[in-house]
Amino acid sequence: MKLRINQQERSFEVDPQMPLMWLLRDELGLTGTKFGCGMGLCGACTVHIDGKAVRSCITPVSSVTGEVTTIEGLSADGNHPLQVSWRELNVPQCGYCQPGQIMNAAALLAANAKPSDQEIVEAMSGNICRCGCYQRIFAAIKSAAQEA
Amino acid sequence: MATTDPHRQTVISNLSRRKVLKGIVSTGGLVLAARVMPRGAQAGIVEAYATGAGAMSGGTVWNPQVFVSIAPDGTVTIVAHRSEMGTGVRTSLPLLIAEEMDADWSRVKIVQAPGDEKTYGNQDNDGSRSVRHFIQPMRACGAAARQMLEQAAATRWGVATAECQASNHTIVHRPSGRSLGFGELAALAAKLPVPAEDTLRLKDPSGFRYIGKGTVPMTDLHDITVGKAIYAQDVRLPGMRYAVIARPPVLLGKAVSWNADAALKVPGVLKILSIASTPMPAKYAPLGGIAVIATSTWAATKGREALGVVWDDGENKSYDSDAYATELAVRARAPGKIERDEGDIDHALANAAKVIEREYCIPHGHHASMEAPAAVARISNGKAEVWACAQSPAGARADIAATLGLEETDVTLNVTLLGGSFGRKSQCDFALEAAVISREMGGTAVKVVWTREDDIRHGFYHAISYQHVTAGIDATGKVIAWRQRSVAPSFMANFMPDPGRQSAGELGMGLTDLAFDVPNLRLETGEAKAHVRLGWFRSVNNIPHAFATQSMVAEVAAELGRDPKDFLLELIGRPRVVDPRKSVSSEFVNYDDPWEGHVIDTARLRGVVELAAAKAGWGRTLPPGHGLGIAVQRSFGSYVASVVEVAVDAKGELSVPRVDTAIDCGFFINPERIRSQIEGAAVMGLTVAKHSNIRFKDGRVQQSNFHDYPVLRMGEGAMDVRTHIVPHGVDKASGGVGEPGLPPFAPALANAVFAATGKRIRNLPIGAQLKG
Repeated sequence: MKLRINQQERSFEVDPQMPLMWLLRDELGLTGTKFGCGMGLCGACTVHIDGKAVRSCITPVSSVTGEVTTIEGLSADGNHPLQVSWRELNVPQCGYCQPGQIMNAAALLAANAKPSDQEIVEAMSGNICRCGCYQRIFAAIKSAAQEA
Repeated sequence: MATTDPHRQTVISNLSRRKVLKGIVSTGGLVLAARVMPRGAQAGIVEAYATGAGAMSGGTVWNPQVFVSIAPDGTVTIVAHRSEMGTGVRTSLPLLIAEEMDADWSRVKIVQAPGDEKTYGNQDNDGSRSVRHFIQPMRACGAAARQMLEQAAATRWGVATAECQASNHTIVHRPSGRSLGFGELAALAAKLPVPAEDTLRLKDPSGFRYIGKGTVPMTDLHDITVGKAIYAQDVRLPGMRYAVIARPPVLLGKAVSWNADAALKVPGVLKILSIASTPMPAKYAPLGGIAVIATSTWAATKGREALGVVWDDGENKSYDSDAYATELAVRARAPGKIERDEGDIDHALANAAKVIEREYCIPHGHHASMEAPAAVARISNGKAEVWACAQSPAGARADIAATLGLEETDVTLNVTLLGGSFGRKSQCDFALEAAVISREMGGTAVKVVWTREDDIRHGFYHAISYQHVTAGIDATGKVIAWRQRSVAPSFMANFMPDPGRQSAGELGMGLTDLAFDVPNLRLETGEAKAHVRLGWFRSVNNIPHAFATQSMVAEVAAELGRDPKDFLLELIGRPRVVDPRKSVSSEFVNYDDPWEGHVIDTARLRGVVELAAAKAGWGRTLPPGHGLGIAVQRSFGSYVASVVEVAVDAKGELSVPRVDTAIDCGFFINPERIRSQIEGAAVMGLTVAKHSNIRFKDGRVQQSNFHDYPVLRMGEGAMDVRTHIVPHGVDKASGGVGEPGLPPFAPALANAVFAATGKRIRNLPIGAQLKG
């Protein structure tokens, strides 16, 4: 099987039903995509397929046809506007959910460069942060959207 | 492009002793053999005030030879010995050392200590203790390193040490203006003795560059944002196998039969192993069950599904938490064991003009950190190496050694980042599982992966509890009697034959430390046996105790037609020290700190109430459906009051537009992380108040994932949390910050709901109680 992941063609032999998340984490070592719930309930595993946010824990590898982007490939230098605003506002606490939060927010801003407050909340309500960084996640998205 | 080589990835830089001696000394760095200096509780140069740190296992160590190394290029490497789970401690404690050294933070590297309390001092990251117990030793450590560098410079120049002073990563000879960099002095400084404690000179706070400023970001901030921060779930070793375990759904249940053949038919499944359980008190021993080891987590999970385990549920199969709550209520209505007694409660209640009785119930809860537990173990040549998201890494190391029959020195416990913990990962059952499985696999590296379902169904649960409170009021409207009965099982049942009621330590969290100015006071406990593994959930027994006391204050105020904030201040009374030691029936546990320097100070309690109220605009006009509530709690050496604004719409949907929280945590290091913790505590507090409910039926946890054990999501409120920090001088004992933000939230919210709707919430979670 082959997939384009972070602009590289990758080949692998796995169970076609294996969720993309486990391919990324266990087979390819791309552990920035986190295992949170395995049911598409928390968003920690969010990646992009052709630019759209997808929960990789419930996406079988065999169903993926587009280009996959993970947090490791979001920007070449780690300075996507959201990554920058995340750091400027000291968003994370434990940090575990944050790659998924950033990937979800990046897909939102790619589709809607100036989202309303309500649009941000709606887009991000599928991503859980147990440390409770929502206030800063929201502010960081607003900040990045204003910079754009 | 990011690397995709699976073997290039490493855990956060871990400092094994071997690496230190090989790696840093050979480059001429400042590292010598460790010298352990456990601290007593006496005050001195290093400790301006006494703490309980010396009584913890390993005590404290302030030796710079243990914590600091300096490379010839000037890079200062500082050991972080406490576990990072989101509080920022991996930054804050090293920052203290850098501050006292006058090091340039941009030239400081952090390495994580493995679990080793003999070398580094205590590593039990429970009880919000990291800063409150280590602020003084870490400052002393930095000061000692600085003085060694100053002495080295003086020797090099042949001048008096007093003329040499550290300044921004250099030592300056003041009379001549000459300077040498830290790196140039490292080799010489490394040969000098560590200064005696009574010769240490701590920085004057006016010269602080970092402490109190909030300008230094978390060490791991960049890595987190680019996906390179490594948690235990992310650890990968060459040839590593993956294990998931079918654990007994009922505590101490046993697997009767399972279909190993079916599981082994799943491609990638390598082996099926039976894991033993341990009868209670089992401490952190594995729950037992059937492990499936495979070439990937996915294969292991599929193999587990194929096992079809049949369980003998055993003696705990009748546990039903709803029925149990009813039992607790019955106990709470009858006289219990007196834990603290002042005045004559029976006489006062019999003669009160008005008696008000209320009951409050909080169910079991669970931590549900975003990273479910995980650990990797590899055993070879009689030595075990483990990577774990351990909240108590030295404890985990000791337990692994005991489980495998090894010496502790043969076990290396590498600490990864913790993807949240909130108390759960203090219990190292997951690391013990990895160790046992690796041993059974002939030492192969094995990662035990807990799924979300495993996490929620096999936790160490926050205890279900019932509180019965009776207040007696005299004819003038003054509270003259307060009787509170607290009934909850004890987490001590994990460690000893079930005591059947809360221990002194659990009671010190919000019951026996009650600081109300009421002449007749009785605090009691009722019997409650544990039927599940109990643990400590962020702020622990403070949650039910504060919910009951702070709700009750507002209930009595409402009955008397008084303003809840004014009434709360009246109950707290005049500024004074409340000393429960005089009236407790057994021991009073003061968050593991001595009494002196850590007293219950009602001036500080009043202070945060008044500050939160003032900042929140207490009494301001609110839109229809909105209400303000207030609550306060002292915990872990800190005083926190919250004013919660709630909005309840016509459908009974609740939101929290604004929270104002005042915290008095004594002297503090990083106000930015304090704000972060307080913001997070409001979110977690709202989760506890609104959603958290672990229920047992037939001994089994009924919840399994975030659909039936919801935690707060963006948009549910607590998005405008304003933190107001009380400033203090360096001599005011630092209090905890990780936990104390949580206890006042739920009662402040319930009080706000009452103000908004007239409905009183006495049972958590709120769930659908405001609907219909």
